[in-house]
Amino acid sequence: MAETKPKPKPKIKKESIEMPKQAPKERVKNFNEVALGYDEEQAIEEANRCLQCIKPQCVSGCPVEVPIPEFIKCLRERRYAEGIATIKTKNALPAVCGRVCPQEEQCQVNCVVGRIGEPVSIGRLERYLADWEREHGLQIPEKAKPTEKKVAIVGAGPAGLTAAADLVKLGHRVVMFEALHLPGGVLVYGIPEFRLPKAIVRNEVNYIEKLGVDLRVGNQIGRTHTIPELMKGGFDAVFIGSGAGLPQFMGIPGENLGGIYSANEFLIRVNLMKAFQFPEYDTPLRLGKHVVVIGGGNVAMDCARSSMRLGADVCLLYRRSRDELPARKEEIENAEEEGLVCKFLAAPLKFIGDEKGWVKAMECQAMELGPPDASGRRRPIPIKGSDFTMETDTVIIAIGQTPNPIIQRTTEGLVVNPKHGTIIVDENGKTSLDGVYAGGDVATGAATVISAMGMGKNAAKAIHQYLTNKK
Amino acid sequence: MYKIITKKELAPKEKMFEIEAPDIAKKAQPGQFVILVIGEHGERIPLTICAYDKIKGTVSFAFHEVGKTTKELGLLNEGDCLRNVTGPLGNPSEIKNYGKVLCVGGSIMIAPLLLQIKALKNAGNSVTTILGARIKDVLFMEDEAKSISDKLHIATDDGSKGYKGLDFLKDLIAKENFDHCVTMGPVVMMKTVSEITKSCEIPTTVTLTPLMVDGMGMCGVCRVTVGGKMQFACVDGPEFDGHQVDFEELVKRQRMFLPEERVSSVLWEIGGCKCGRNKA
Repeated sequence: MAETKPKPKPKIKKESIEMPKQAPKERVKNFNEVALGYDEEQAIEEANRCLQCIKPQCVSGCPVEVPIPEFIKCLRERRYAEGIATIKTKNALPAVCGRVCPQEEQCQVNCVVGRIGEPVSIGRLERYLADWEREHGLQIPEKAKPTEKKVAIVGAGPAGLTAAADLVKLGHRVVMFEALHLPGGVLVYGIPEFRLPKAIVRNEVNYIEKLGVDLRVGNQIGRTHTIPELMKGGFDAVFIGSGAGLPQFMGIPGENLGGIYSANEFLIRVNLMKAFQFPEYDTPLRLGKHVVVIGGGNVAMDCARSSMRLGADVCLLYRRSRDELPARKEEIENAEEEGLVCKFLAAPLKFIGDEKGWVKAMECQAMELGPPDASGRRRPIPIKGSDFTMETDTVIIAIGQTPNPIIQRTTEGLVVNPKHGTIIVDENGKTSLDGVYAGGDVATGAATVISAMGMGKNAAKAIHQYLTNKK
Repeated sequence: MYKIITKKELAPKEKMFEIEAPDIAKKAQPGQFVILVIGEHGERIPLTICAYDKIKGTVSFAFHEVGKTTKELGLLNEGDCLRNVTGPLGNPSEIKNYGKVLCVGGSIMIAPLLLQIKALKNAGNSVTTILGARIKDVLFMEDEAKSISDKLHIATDDGSKGYKGLDFLKDLIAKENFDHCVTMGPVVMMKTVSEITKSCEIPTTVTLTPLMVDGMGMCGVCRVTVGGKMQFACVDGPEFDGHQVDFEELVKRQRMFLPEERVSSVLWEIGGCKCGRNKA
């Protein structure tokens, strides 16, 4: 306070420092990362915009409670190693969060600077420090004394990685089971390379492994081992973070025609299996010239932007209007800059195939907006007699995912929401079974990376408590 | 990890591997499958489990060398390792005492059918087995099938051994009162068998092997229409009621990536791709 006294009005730039990006015309031809990150001087200049509030509002918006003013202070004083260590006391995946968190709805929405201009770009600063650490070598923090307690983490996605990191730092033995052949969950199979490079995910996972987490890939819990087997086989607690991996379809005629992908299938082929590098990689993807993506969330944007990079013209079909699009505004802007065409207030009725069983057109219906529904958004209502036909050769259905049912089906006594298939948990992530916790999309239904991480963190605290009390 | 313990040549282009995978062996049951990845650039392919040894900690699967991945797999030898094998996936077969069971197996799926026959015999069934193949030269495991079945018949598409085609099934079914039918093999064969058994009202279980990527319910490429409803072969199957399956659709869906599969296979064979993936 004393140092600001001579100047009644601290000179704070109203505009945040822009982050350099690949130009739309260039980036739509490659899968390289779109946002390039700040350089050192840009980062310091942006960090200097932070008011270092005594009662920081930003932290209350962060699901994992990153000590935001503290790390920004380190950054502007060029104490980078300390800055990243400060973030990592709370967040094991800063390079991921700095890229894919919706900061505009979380920490940054509360930023006091935001009342006079643009809020401090907290996410970009977090990213800067995480990238600095990757270039300068990982630091491994000290761990608590070993506790002799053993925890199984099911799923190496955002929730599981966070819970694993917290629990291993507290001294517990942690084994993390991943069903796919690569760790990262949605960070590797879902989010595309140009938003989140896979080398960065790999690096974050390396950090978790270096903390001492024993990672076992290709191990599907519910099949290879079941939860009851783990609990009987020497684990003191289990955290289920198996995500929302089951794609939803529309239930309309023609959905099984060739050329119709679930968003999951499309993204798994492109991201996890690297079909964009076929035939160098073995997994193929057939994409036509006129791709229609159905849906309006971040997953739909990822599918649309990937398709454009693969050379297609892409139309997004959304049954509500622009105002109701659930995707991040930044993603919509990026996609439109890259050439995305949006068709609002329309939904498909059926798909029409050619003689080889490949989709060639879709019959659609126009919509108008009625009163708000349970989600608070205005409900789309079909307009009678408004049917029209759209030609297309590839359709990607991005209307949501529900939890994978395998664990629920193979774990007796685990209480599940009958409608959504989500595992029911209390505020600490505890399920109906003793010692079994869950968090992330498997408990909430499809949500964000950071909310899953928040639940992983929360459950880790509760598991630690449970293990400490259990003698 | 996932070391190949034994490699057997069943017929030209048809091979069987026994691999070290103790966790999978411990849980494997007839009817389930594994997903394997050969190397860094490899695709994920599903293969039905055809044997397991819970004490040795091994599982076996058979494959027909048809595309790039299976051809590459065929070049591996005992002692080589696979990058990843995940399983056992899918629901196990429903093994119970049906009474008299007709088992019809075709081409590479003969290998997993034998595992099923053993289980059905152990459950007290009487089993009549039909082994089918295109031509007699690609027929395999005949002796083994004979030793575990009550009766064995052979059928080939060209009649080079045993019956010509599957028409004889109608007479066989008319003579014998089968309580259940199990069929595993090419889609066209399973479709023919299902049509015949449907007309005689014999409940029939088919094992579907559509395209898969993850094999655990995530992508939906394996979706099939059964009784008018969308099902995922990986998590809802792979076994379904043969009288309810939309085989026409399944055939079309299996061919979706045929052009790409050919490109991949040809490039690999001529070694034209300079990215070093042959060593993957």
